[in-house]
Amino acid sequence: MSKPSFSLYGTQLSSRLLLGSALYPSPRALQGAVKSSGTQIVTLSLRRESAQDSSASDFWGLIQTLDVNLLPNTAGCRTAKEAITTALMGRELFDTKWVKLEVIANDDTLQPDLFGLVEATKELSAQGFQVFPYTTEDLGAAEKLLGAGAEILMPWGSPIGTGRGLMNPYALKTMRNYFPKVPLIIDAGIGAPSHASSAMEMGYDAILLNTAIAKAGDPGRMGQAFKLAIEAGRLAYEALMIEERDMAQPSTPVAGTPFFDLETR
Amino acid sequence: MNVVINGQDESIDVTTLAQLCKGLTDHPNFIATAVNGEFVTVGERATRQLHEGDKIEILSPRQGG
Repeated sequence: MSKPSFSLYGTQLSSRLLLGSALYPSPRALQGAVKSSGTQIVTLSLRRESAQDSSASDFWGLIQTLDVNLLPNTAGCRTAKEAITTALMGRELFDTKWVKLEVIANDDTLQPDLFGLVEATKELSAQGFQVFPYTTEDLGAAEKLLGAGAEILMPWGSPIGTGRGLMNPYALKTMRNYFPKVPLIIDAGIGAPSHASSAMEMGYDAILLNTAIAKAGDPGRMGQAFKLAIEAGRLAYEALMIEERDMAQPSTPVAGTPFFDLETR
Repeated sequence: MNVVINGQDESIDVTTLAQLCKGLTDHPNFIATAVNGEFVTVGERATRQLHEGDKIEILSPRQGG
């Protein structure tokens, strides 16, 4: 199988799948998906506490049984300041330097605010965070994020929750080629295991997804499907796939073809 | 004193953030706090005085993508 040489901010990982913890039909379904997918990183969020609601402590208890690395997000933040404050709160609560940094520009597309993202990345990196920025395939923004201190980039496949796969494969290939040494993770928009596999075949280092597994008819089996697809895509990338051709080329040797000298018409 | 807690108008009779948290949740170790958009660490809550009109956020771990 694929070599376990994958590292994010110095943490060695054998799974190339990062999994969101939201939208599962039950806590048990989340547990099952974490196990079947083999993920070693689970994303989670911070939301307003309610004295009448015990779900926070229940969820926290569940998370602690999963034996995974935690990646708190700043989902829903619309300014760099909101994201920075949320990241600081997450670091205290989850005791991790990691943050999945989201600064959202638009409610309909949930498109990242690249300006706010760069601003927040700079401040959080200066404060010792290890930032996983949710971005687009924009190369200019990517360079600024790296300059601001991010060592990983997470371009979207397509808008969050759409399941449309890789909306702009040309730009994603360009990004991969432009940053050959930077860990690149497709974050958002993955709907099918084949989408994840395609991204891995391009040379992406990992996939972050949530809805495609959580909302599947059987999240446990879908977790396994994504595990296999991501491993297959990575193996194919490492094995060097053939180039596409415009014209057909016989795979069976032409030399020695029987009846070659007979008229066919 | 009138403050806003997690987006709701509330009247409170405590003066520090630590006192407020103690009264609001049974799980003080499961929460993180901010006042007027600024993070307040666990260690600072006891000395963080609250004032009329403060906007307080008390957050806890939840599912997230």
